Amino acid sequence: MASTVETEHHAPAPAEPVRDGIWRRPLKNTGLVGFLTTVDHKKIGIGYAVGALFFLILGGIEALIIRAQLMYPEQEVISARTYNQLFTMHGTTMIFLAVMPLSAAFFNYIMPLQIGARDVAFPRMNALGLWCFLLGGVILNLSWFFPGGAPAIGWFAYAPLTDRQYSPEMGTDFWIMGLQILGIASLVGAFNFITTIVNMRAPGMSMMRLPLFTWMTLITSFLIILAFPAITIALIELMFDRHFGTYFFNVEGGGKPILWQHLFWIFGHPEVYILILPAMGIISEILPVFSRKPLFGYPLIVFSGAVIGFLGFAVWSHHMFTTGLGVVATTAFAFLTMLIAIPTGVKIFNWIGTMWGGRIRFTTPMLFSVGFIWMFMMGGFTGIMHSSPPVDAQQQDTYFVVAHFHYVLIGGSIFALFAGMYYWFPKVTGRLMDDFVGKIVFYLMFIGFNLAFFPMHILGMTGMPRRTHTYKSEMGWDQSNFWSTIGAFILGIGILIFVIQAIHAYYKGKKSPKDPWDSRTLEWDTESPPKEYNFPYTPVIHARDQVWEDKYGVEAKRMEKIAPGEHGIHMPDQSWWPLITSIGLFIACLGMVFHKQPVPMTSEAVFGLEIVIAGLLLTFYGIAAWALEGPGGFHLHPDPAEYADAMPAPEDDHGHH
Amino acid sequence: MSSHAATTDDPHAALAPLKKTSTGVENKKLAMWAFLASDCMFFGTLISTHLIYRKVYPTVVEPTEIFDIELTAFSSFILLMSSLLMALSVSAAHKGNIAGMRRFLLGTIFFGLIFLSGQVYEFNHFVRESGLTLSSSVFGSTFYVLTGTHGVHVALGVLWLSCWTACTLPKDWAWYTLKGRRFLWLPFRVVFAPMTGRYKHENALDVEVAGLYWHFVDVVWIVIFTAVYLVEYLPVFGF
Repeated sequence: MASTVETEHHAPAPAEPVRDGIWRRPLKNTGLVGFLTTVDHKKIGIGYAVGALFFLILGGIEALIIRAQLMYPEQEVISARTYNQLFTMHGTTMIFLAVMPLSAAFFNYIMPLQIGARDVAFPRMNALGLWCFLLGGVILNLSWFFPGGAPAIGWFAYAPLTDRQYSPEMGTDFWIMGLQILGIASLVGAFNFITTIVNMRAPGMSMMRLPLFTWMTLITSFLIILAFPAITIALIELMFDRHFGTYFFNVEGGGKPILWQHLFWIFGHPEVYILILPAMGIISEILPVFSRKPLFGYPLIVFSGAVIGFLGFAVWSHHMFTTGLGVVATTAFAFLTMLIAIPTGVKIFNWIGTMWGGRIRFTTPMLFSVGFIWMFMMGGFTGIMHSSPPVDAQQQDTYFVVAHFHYVLIGGSIFALFAGMYYWFPKVTGRLMDDFVGKIVFYLMFIGFNLAFFPMHILGMTGMPRRTHTYKSEMGWDQSNFWSTIGAFILGIGILIFVIQAIHAYYKGKKSPKDPWDSRTLEWDTESPPKEYNFPYTPVIHARDQVWEDKYGVEAKRMEKIAPGEHGIHMPDQSWWPLITSIGLFIACLGMVFHKQPVPMTSEAVFGLEIVIAGLLLTFYGIAAWALEGPGGFHLHPDPAEYADAMPAPEDDHGHH
Repeated sequence: MSSHAATTDDPHAALAPLKKTSTGVENKKLAMWAFLASDCMFFGTLISTHLIYRKVYPTVVEPTEIFDIELTAFSSFILLMSSLLMALSVSAAHKGNIAGMRRFLLGTIFFGLIFLSGQVYEFNHFVRESGLTLSSSVFGSTFYVLTGTHGVHVALGVLWLSCWTACTLPKDWAWYTLKGRRFLWLPFRVVFAPMTGRYKHENALDVEVAGLYWHFVDVVWIVIFTAVYLVEYLPVFGF
């Protein structure tokens, strides 16, 4: 490496030893210790992506077992109870452990690069988010190994099924605590991203010059911080019902199960925009690059994203039309739901306008993006159908709904996330992915997906209920179910080839230049992969598509660069405490699961709240040590050749970070 | 950056580098505002739950027979006055008056503890005298979980402010001042001794951020005190 590390931090112990907790601050940034203590947003982003892909495959296998069960009528591949567990875990895994963290991987890796920042605002908090995500996934899936197995309550866990009386096993407790710790992961990430985007933009990077993906990161983060509290409280109330005998949702004591539905969907509807807005951001980056045109109607796309986010909080009851809300509420929620079609339509027209008259290159990311527009529109259309209460009453709990949300979640979110992975893979790894194999993956996924989910529209119309373990041949659903299963396996093969291709390209792929796609935004101005410090200079932004202007624009819009001052670039120190804090939370959550529950080997409840208290003490200890340790930091000096064309730093400048 | 700030005695100069952000607002303060927005939704959900069940079951419990409104009004007043002391702490911190800040922080902590004692007494009293428990009725469930969550917020605030108070004490204060009663003060030492002597002028921002949290918790209590306690005494409200 050309860069050298200044020794001020790594010098022998200073005259007055600093008490940094029970052990020395980790300095090694490679190997296992380097990974466990990292605060680098890029490594954390990769951690999110690898974890999310693992859970995507796990949730995919669960889906394939479900499809195998439904391939032929009246099969008994798995028992009805296992079936219930599988669709619960499939939904929970895909939403909380696959799509959300895969979006978070891009937030982490790409967003700071796009705004010209050296890292996020709170690097250690970022690490806490990663560990909470991984340990939340572990808690959720540990349920398989305990008596009673995984939860069998559906991903939205409607009361009163979740009551101790109807779901006595620990699976439901694992689900509650797993979601709780995943909520912490999302929340700390969102506070961090909001602060980073609002406060750490490079000079000249005004809000209306932010790349669209960064905008959608910001809006999604606001949705997370405002929507997650509702489910956090709902889960706490459910936990109290199951462990401490309260009556929040317990009918016996006067609780109202419908309250759970309201609280869940007040979170749940913004959640679907939390899943789709990052995807829309990715698409809005890729379409201009491969159409060789600026994004059509940039301000409109930004504002329509904000409007979607805002309206997302006002439509939750359209998930509950059949519960009998009353005429006024039903009408209001139907109207507001139809209203969301407007900003969504605005975006779609803008994307089409971006491609219109452009010189389109159909690379793999572009194919996925165009696939996204089409497939997401299909899901959107059925969504508009659901906004009408009489139609919704007909389709409630049928396969039509399953078709709808898989079109927006796979055809929408997953396609866009795959587009993003193909697009940014060269940036992250410094290697190119083969375009021909990528296209095979796209077509397999596209064909498999449509074969799997299009027939479900018809199945739903003809009355096949969702969450059904099997069906009679006389219902006439054999053909559609058979082809749907075939399609699901084709989709699975497509994703499997992607994983193999990604691993292969990581080791054997052709070296990628800085800017392999002839792109437009700031992340393509860094090395592939970017150095630890992202930018060796401070970029001064003069245009929205800065990298494009640098290549093809007029002189006045070219980026200026400011060299680092004599102190070099300030970097945050690594830390053990995010990991230890998350382990404390993990122990506390497990303790809550085992609270007054029979554990394996005994039939008696052996644990009160001891484990919870121990876990919380470790958490507090971790937080205190975290605070005492401070952000730390050291200075890096990039090779001056890396910023040869940069202006010298002003005298009083202590370095931008 | 911090090493530059630490060398100066001027509290304003120490805080200036922290304001070098795109908006001029310090990162920690911005993140705290975002957290408080989120916390509004936490309490909003809990308060809604309580009020919905009050509306659904107006007559199962008669809260005015359970509540000791004089005591709660007193502890509410104490909590509000703690906000005044917190504001004075922040003001002293920004002026670099560390001794003054410590006195006001101790006052804030003391008032917070009075409020918490009031709540402990109240909970005990309700359970023993009125038989109101988590599982005696939905009212018990929503009341304890809502006010208990607020109590946990206050307790965390007290802990947080105690840490900053400990930071302002001279290094090794715990070892010299408490000599002779080592055994009694051991837990206190273990928790707070590593913090002593760490306060720097730039930490005025951290005290201010802790203050934002403290004020928010007080404001939430105004809402809870009104929605849970006071409205019960309004005959027109129709519960």
